[in-house]
Amino acid sequence: MVDVDRDDAAPPEGADAPDVPLLRMEGIVKHFPGAKALDGVDLDVLPGEVHCLLGQNGAGKSTLIKVLAGAHQPTSGRIVLDGEEIAIPHPVAALRHGVATIYQELDVVDGLTVAENVFLGHELDRGGFTQRREAIRSTREMLRRLGHPEISPHREVGRLSAAGKQIVSMARALSHDARVIVMDEPSAVLDAGEVQNLFRVVRGLTAQGVAVVYISHRLEEIRQIGDRITVLKNGRTVGRDLPAATTPTAELIRLMTGRNVEYAFPTRPGVPEDAPVVLDVEDLALAGTFEDVSFQVRAGEIVGLAGLVGAGRSEILETLYGARRRTAGSVAVKGRRLRSGSVDAAVAAGIGLCPEERKSQGLVLDEPVYRNITLSTFARIARGGWLDERAERAAAREQVAALDLRPAGVDRAARTLSGGNQQKALLGRWLVHGCDVLLLDEPTRGVDVGARSELYALVRRLADAGTAVVVVSSEIPEVLGLADHVLVVSEGRVVHRAPAQDIDEHRVLDLVMEGTVA
Amino acid sequence: MSTQVDASPAAESRSSWLSGPAGRTVGLVVALVLLAVVGVITGGERFASLDNVMTILRLASVTGVLAIGMTFVITAGGIDLSVGSVLGLATVWASTLATQTMAEDLHWTVMVLTGLAVGTAAGLINGLIIAYGKVVAFIATLAMMIAARGLAEMISGRQTQVVQVDGFLDFVRADFIGVPVLVWMFVVVAVAGWFLFNRTTFGRRTVAVGGNAEASRLAGIKVQRHLLYVYGLSGLTAGIAGVMMLGRTTAGTSTNGLYYELEVIAAVVVGGTLLIGGRGTIVGTVIGVLIFAMLTNVFTINNLSISAQNVAKGVIIVVAVLIQQRFAARSTST
Ligand SMILES: Nc1ncnc2c1ncn2[C@@H]1O[C@H](COP(=O)(O)OP(=O)(O)OP(=O)(O)O)[C@@H](O)[C@H]1O
Ligand SMILES: [Mg+2]
Repeated sequence: MVDVDRDDAAPPEGADAPDVPLLRMEGIVKHFPGAKALDGVDLDVLPGEVHCLLGQNGAGKSTLIKVLAGAHQPTSGRIVLDGEEIAIPHPVAALRHGVATIYQELDVVDGLTVAENVFLGHELDRGGFTQRREAIRSTREMLRRLGHPEISPHREVGRLSAAGKQIVSMARALSHDARVIVMDEPSAVLDAGEVQNLFRVVRGLTAQGVAVVYISHRLEEIRQIGDRITVLKNGRTVGRDLPAATTPTAELIRLMTGRNVEYAFPTRPGVPEDAPVVLDVEDLALAGTFEDVSFQVRAGEIVGLAGLVGAGRSEILETLYGARRRTAGSVAVKGRRLRSGSVDAAVAAGIGLCPEERKSQGLVLDEPVYRNITLSTFARIARGGWLDERAERAAAREQVAALDLRPAGVDRAARTLSGGNQQKALLGRWLVHGCDVLLLDEPTRGVDVGARSELYALVRRLADAGTAVVVVSSEIPEVLGLADHVLVVSEGRVVHRAPAQDIDEHRVLDLVMEGTVA
Repeated sequence: MSTQVDASPAAESRSSWLSGPAGRTVGLVVALVLLAVVGVITGGERFASLDNVMTILRLASVTGVLAIGMTFVITAGGIDLSVGSVLGLATVWASTLATQTMAEDLHWTVMVLTGLAVGTAAGLINGLIIAYGKVVAFIATLAMMIAARGLAEMISGRQTQVVQVDGFLDFVRADFIGVPVLVWMFVVVAVAGWFLFNRTTFGRRTVAVGGNAEASRLAGIKVQRHLLYVYGLSGLTAGIAGVMMLGRTTAGTSTNGLYYELEVIAAVVVGGTLLIGGRGTIVGTVIGVLIFAMLTNVFTINNLSISAQNVAKGVIIVVAVLIQQRFAARSTST
């Protein structure tokens, strides 16, 4: 057994220079009303390293970095930067100390332009007048470094995709000249190519001695970019100073979850030939976004849409769900054509959608978890217009248990759930509802490794029970591993379709790239 | 494991009781009691008499009914600036010569039904323009506020229309178990509003739509239709309040309900309903209305000017909202 829990003493005097931590957090404790998010976390970060934070959903990663960013005040604990103990009473103090943060949940202002967002709170000015031209120039420069010269600094942020917004918040972090940059699941909304861009930027930063704290649930990324790993579990540091490249996956997962989870996709039983077609999409089009999209999903089948962010996959889901008004084509569920642009018609016909942006599109954040889970069913559970909250709570509790959503209390506000658990609550909504067609847009975004395999198994079980499932994911292995049938989407067109076992990751990437060039 | 989250049901209910709605309500009740103490100290017998209590309640009942409808609108993420004008229009329309003649011929409830119909119609027009025309609620109801007042002036010719239908007057000016019918009407509307808000799918939709309209839409809630109903409901309460006003003043004039929307919105917000939507409380609204009515009463008893009253009301609004933000901050994050 590896003794990962040993208490590191302070580094010995006269240690090698690079071993002197740039940042040190000691015994950080953070209590929320009713929850102990952090219960003594230690973290030390060396200059020029990429330090990865690993942990299950709700382990306390985001809370820890919010303490570092001055967004939360720790109940107790010390933060030492460059050998000096510092206090971070508010976010501006963190920036002044050279700690910049990219939050897990997008924190851009939709109504402002890209450049205004990047310099929000630290506008360049001379004598009170903002230096717009200078701001725009350096925004353009940062977007170029991030591999996105096509985003205009003048563009209104609200009109960018989720990935675009993520790029903007990264540009904002870069604009601060920070010594420590914290990134909370930055890759969650990015596709493979963009993640590589991000890594190039990260390497550029670390070469200048900037330390990067990197949070991700994707182990492949951590292997690729990380230097050392700290593992959190239930608000405590349970593993420290682990080499990112060589620590075995099984060991990491065991530390995170406290048990042995095998990380694999469920087996595909194969869809019987005579399974009825449940969802029939024909020549669907949304002007300026995608066209000529046709596919069928049979009962028990999982169809995956692979492609780059911005290829139009989410829009395809939203359009067939009625959230956008299609410009051509038809959508039918079990042979019945759906009215265009009507979500309630789609829901009544048995379609459910787990949207991509769970905060803005999915959850009513200040409402309790159970009401979020029953948001599309409370009227059905109610009797003659009178709510039956007891039945609602019971239904929600059942899903909370089935999905292993934590903490298990259903009366807390959805806002207080960690990112991955919010995702589970959304899935729970449609499980209570019971759909014939389930549309999943990035279902595992922000979901931890342990819960992922549970989620895959759950989706498979739903399919086996006769649900037709459509999955959109930017993680190609996920689409290939989970789906029976894969459609590759590029620039609003389906460029290829194949049974999942007949296609591999490289082929998908090739197809996507070809489509982009063409 | 057990160290992470204290998720036992007991702990959950304890923390949510202190920082939740009940905690805020306790704060409001304390404020109301303090105000009553001030009233007793400064006004003595004149304040503490049963008669005066009824006066306060009668004062509170008209704005109170408006405030119940407004609670739904604000919780749904909207605002209704037109309630005062619609109230005025309802009093005028329900007391025209034509309506009164018809009421004499048929039944006095014709006046009541006219008031309710006028209010509901105005509310539904607001709702149509806001939900389907996608006009910002502030603008749409501002327009209605101006137009309804204008219409009321046109119909009445700026004359005061005295109510002469005895059946109507006998009903609204009566007492029931020692309490004025007006107050009973407020009680009925408030209780019905409480059930509608807290116990029905209508109330749940209102909170969900106000909390996150897009998420509600994607969950299959008919957001536009619901907003139509919510504004219709606000119009209905304006109609009810109009009928009550007609009973209290025995006259319909186009100036009835002038500036009521401001006091109503203030009472709702002081009561703890979030102006940005997504959270509301009927109990809070009722207490908010009582606070304002009692304040007016205390000032009147002490012969203080309306101007001084308004200054005090302004201060109360700010203080109440400041206190609420403390509570709100404690119950959500940090
Ligand atoms: N404002 C809050 N009030 C109450 N509890 C909170 C609040 N914010 C977070 N928590 C709780 O603190 C714990 C840690 O949450 P945190 O968001 O730090 O997890 P995480 O490790 O970032 O998870 P994920 O991988 O899902 O993002 C969770 O149990 C969460 O429910
Ligand atoms: Mg997190």
